[in-house]
Amino acid sequence: MMTYIEPLLGGIILGFSALLLLFVNGRIAGISGIVSQSFSFGTGSAWRWMFILGLIIGPFLLRDTKFTLPVIDSAWWMIITGGLLVGFGSVYGSGCTSGHGICGIGRMSKRSIFSVIVFMATAAVTVFIIRHVIGGY
Amino acid sequence: MRLFFSLLAGIGFGIGLTVSNMVDPMVVLAFLDITGDWDPSLMFVMGGALMVFIPSYYLLKKRMKRPLCADSFFEPTLKEVDQPLLIGAVVFGIGWGISGICPGPALANLSGMNEKIFAFIFTMLIGMMVANWFKRTQ
Repeated sequence: MMTYIEPLLGGIILGFSALLLLFVNGRIAGISGIVSQSFSFGTGSAWRWMFILGLIIGPFLLRDTKFTLPVIDSAWWMIITGGLLVGFGSVYGSGCTSGHGICGIGRMSKRSIFSVIVFMATAAVTVFIIRHVIGGY
Repeated sequence: MRLFFSLLAGIGFGIGLTVSNMVDPMVVLAFLDITGDWDPSLMFVMGGALMVFIPSYYLLKKRMKRPLCADSFFEPTLKEVDQPLLIGAVVFGIGWGISGICPGPALANLSGMNEKIFAFIFTMLIGMMVANWFKRTQ
């Protein structure tokens, strides 16, 4: 059971952070949207850069605790194709796990509920094909 | 003030993703591997987040006409399911299933200084630019 405490705690922290951004700044905590729009320079984007900075230093603050970052050693083809598809899909589909998964479902948005069901199912099928049909990964 | 709270929300997001283990692609892939050695623990991440977000959202949205430090709520205006939403979700799902990494955890992993995370973020930004270009030309 203990393995569920940490995901639950992490989720609660994510929920409060998303609330903070919405009710103080009026903004949706969707990482893909924040990142893809952060390059439109000007003072309007400063809050996006601050959020991204926080996202990077948050885990750094935990480096001496038991919550450390993993060593990522996935195959190169997974990194490259994964990055391209995740980048394209999250922007073309107006959101990712954070924007649709937390804020969108949290606001009972029909679009977000639809999106999360579709990407969860697609991701599960993709893992099934890679691990159990092709095998070896 | 607004910038300070953006930073704070970002730090919270980074900590939440790390504590919950969303930052580990192997844990994410084990969560998505329903027919294999399934690790359902990440369901609790969304559960925990929504448990906090949903009741607070409806309570605060009723009482607050505008956010504390902004003139209005910048909420999405689209309401209906359309083709880009479907195509985007499918493409995102395939990429997430291949790599086990989504945009938040990718950035949260940056301080690990791992070359594969740099490569992921670089290709992700290219994918985002292509999608933006697609949206503009349609």
